[in-house]
Amino acid sequence: MTDASTHVRETVERVYRSDSRRVLATLVRLLGDFDVAEEALHDAFVAAMERWPVDGVPANPRTWLVSAGRFKAIDQLRRRARFQEKEPEIGRELADALHHQGSLDAAIGDAGDAEIADDRLRLIFTCCHPALATDAQVALTLRTVGGLTTEEIAHAFMVPVPTLAQRIVRAKNKIRDAGIPYAIPDLADLPDRLDGVLAVIYLIFNEGYSATFGDAAIRADLCAEAIRLARLLVELLPEPEAQGLLAMMLLHDSRRSARTVANGEPLLLAEQDRSRWDHAQIREGVALVERALGSRRVGPYTLQAAIAAVHAEAPTPAATDWRQIVGLYRVLLRIEPSPVAELNHAVAVAMSEGEERGLALIDALLARGDLSRYYLAHSARASLLRRLGRRQEALGAYIAARDLAMPGPQRRFLDRCVAELSGATPESG
Amino acid sequence: MKYLCLIYEDETMWPKMSKEEYGKAMGEYGAFTRDITESGHFLGGNALQPTSSATTVRVRNGKTLTTDGPFAETKEQLGGYYLIEAKDLNDAIQVAARIPSARLGGAIEVRPIMVFGS
Repeated sequence: MTDASTHVRETVERVYRSDSRRVLATLVRLLGDFDVAEEALHDAFVAAMERWPVDGVPANPRTWLVSAGRFKAIDQLRRRARFQEKEPEIGRELADALHHQGSLDAAIGDAGDAEIADDRLRLIFTCCHPALATDAQVALTLRTVGGLTTEEIAHAFMVPVPTLAQRIVRAKNKIRDAGIPYAIPDLADLPDRLDGVLAVIYLIFNEGYSATFGDAAIRADLCAEAIRLARLLVELLPEPEAQGLLAMMLLHDSRRSARTVANGEPLLLAEQDRSRWDHAQIREGVALVERALGSRRVGPYTLQAAIAAVHAEAPTPAATDWRQIVGLYRVLLRIEPSPVAELNHAVAVAMSEGEERGLALIDALLARGDLSRYYLAHSARASLLRRLGRRQEALGAYIAARDLAMPGPQRRFLDRCVAELSGATPESG
Repeated sequence: MKYLCLIYEDETMWPKMSKEEYGKAMGEYGAFTRDITESGHFLGGNALQPTSSATTVRVRNGKTLTTDGPFAETKEQLGGYYLIEAKDLNDAIQVAARIPSARLGGAIEVRPIMVFGS
């Protein structure tokens, strides 16, 4: 292979990485069908490999690829129509495709730049349509917006490849059959629909961040993918809560390499080596939080990001501004009450106003029953009791936590706590 | 596209309503039907008699089997429907969300009408 053709191949590969999702997003709009668009995308890159070494790399590769993909798709439909002239469905597809041709120049010419940017938002909103099952939204978003392969997604979520493939096929069929539009929602629906998109992105992140099983590298990829999706969303639709979600994920992810020890056991925030936090990511997250807070339309993701930012900005655990964290949790509980947020608030109260106050809140919360099966509630209680010197009660709480935790690093951590406390109080048996 | 909006609700709620509540709900249905007629969504629609009046028919081995009651006993029953013309599912969802029963404890199932090639 000559240097020139190697160079072109590298260019095609680079354009694929940077632009294939945008080209796909526009092709879905022009061709009106996910599968036809994916095939067209593939054909367009095959054509680029053939033509670019001969004709040179076009000035605007993306427009070239959209044009080529669309041409190939129509060609394909025409050929199919010729072979199966009696198939009314193909005839209709062809008519539709030809109908679209008239608007091609407008769509991908100068006037189409904003439209093309909007295509990526259309793709996101369509993949995250609430009429699709949540697991299908996640799979379809990763497949079409993120460009992950079906195998990669299946592996990351630990489901068999055929199951995942089936999930994607069903979602695409529902988009077609139920008439889910390739559209950005109306202004009136936008807040609700944006919440849905953010929930999908957060789900992807959490799968990578919180899963206590599976390959660490794959889980890190999922976090990176969620961050990439959120970045794209913030770029296309700079809503405060989108910024808040991106900030929260950046701040949590900044602690990735410091949050576990070699065997996978988690380290508490206070035990982590803060020099191993990703400080560039923290700076980016903090800047985003400030921007989102400045909007005066503060939502739950922004508040959680703000809490993560207070932790991230403390040079030592002792320097943490717990009063501010308590205040942020109070606002969060007002706009989105949840037992888990109440538990976190109680822990922050313990840190700023004393263990007794925090313990009273956790006891009340457990008495209500909402969190009685949640191991973190018992382990938080145990840790406060231990700090208060009530070792016997702390041991009981650690045992309760351990018995509720899933097998894995968390359970091993709790086993160690139980062992430490029972070692010191042998009379407990 | 055409969609059928199936209205599911606890049919026992209607006779339990006070005269005022019933009148209000009926007024809301009347206003909703007028609205979607004006917007061009309305193609048809009816309220159904309660499931106590239902008859279920099956033909097995050439024999017609007739049973009293609905196809399935459920907590919520099909109580009526609207057939609508909508731009897409988003448009249909917006119409369905305005059906009074959607707010009154019921649920609306939105089903696209199947189109066969001509």
